[in-house]
Amino acid sequence: MTQNPDPFDGKRWHDMGGDAAGPVPTDQHDFSLWEKRVDALMVICSSKGHFTVDGLRRVLEDMGPEAFETMNYYERWIASVNQNLIEAGVYTTAELAQRMTEVAARGPTYGEASGG
Amino acid sequence: MPHDHHDHLSPSGHPYRPDDDHPLTYWQQMEIAIREILIEKGVTTAAEINAQIDAMDARSPANGAAVVARAWTDPAFRDDLLADGSAASAAMGFDIGPMKLIAVENTPDVHNIIVCTLCSCYPRNLLGLPPDWYKSRAYRSRTVREPRKVLAEFGVTLPDSTQVRVHDSTADMRYIVIPTRPAGTDGWSAGDLAGLVTRDSMIGTGLARSPADHA
Repeated sequence: MTQNPDPFDGKRWHDMGGDAAGPVPTDQHDFSLWEKRVDALMVICSSKGHFTVDGLRRVLEDMGPEAFETMNYYERWIASVNQNLIEAGVYTTAELAQRMTEVAARGPTYGEASGG
Repeated sequence: MPHDHHDHLSPSGHPYRPDDDHPLTYWQQMEIAIREILIEKGVTTAAEINAQIDAMDARSPANGAAVVARAWTDPAFRDDLLADGSAASAAMGFDIGPMKLIAVENTPDVHNIIVCTLCSCYPRNLLGLPPDWYKSRAYRSRTVREPRKVLAEFGVTLPDSTQVRVHDSTADMRYIVIPTRPAGTDGWSAGDLAGLVTRDSMIGTGLARSPADHA
């Protein structure tokens, strides 16, 4: 039997309390329109019962630590909102894929692709 | 307005995050697609999304500052706030919904600081959206382990005799710190006092401003 080189220590990656880490970053930014829209979609869809904050967090936590380092906050949120809505049957992956293709065809920037 | 330079600062003094004038990202593409599908299917409307964003933009630390200033000037309200933060803040028009809000009060002997080690839970109804550092790995990890070192990075150095209490938020339960009322403010109105209450003082990474700083 092989020894597990990194046995589960009782908490998952998102359970960060107590870990060692560097200085608290001081960078701040104002939220852009697309980030606010992601937040609004989460609030609206959860308030209408399509999924819950627990569903949001389940997907965020299952993304693993790589996503925390490589995707920003609302990128992770829209990915989670998407998975929850597909699981809830609100739309299908095929519908999403088709619409994303249409969106990208409108233009190379967010403003053009979102139609203003 | 053309976005032809990138070192421009917003009215709050922070750089704008690149968005509309940069190449469309995969995740932005997904957001647009999801939003349009939801509108087409009648789950929501463009007006509802805009109204939600307006409501979000309207929430700022000024809400929390009004609550704190009232707690400083109205002993009955202070008692209500400490007994049931959700109800007391809702009575001032800042409804937290189904979540539980717990107000924790700083005293000469106790300093409170809030964190969400698991995620980014934050009293949005009183403070708006959380700052980036609140969601950072460093703040989430270290605040429960070495709060005095974290506080020092924010410029807050407390005497060893002051007890530091760290409160870890959850999806269902949020905290707000009632900072210590600054000296030299006797007789001040709640409106004037609110001007001394900073966002960070209600997270616990700061103290309320003194009247001298405010002048």
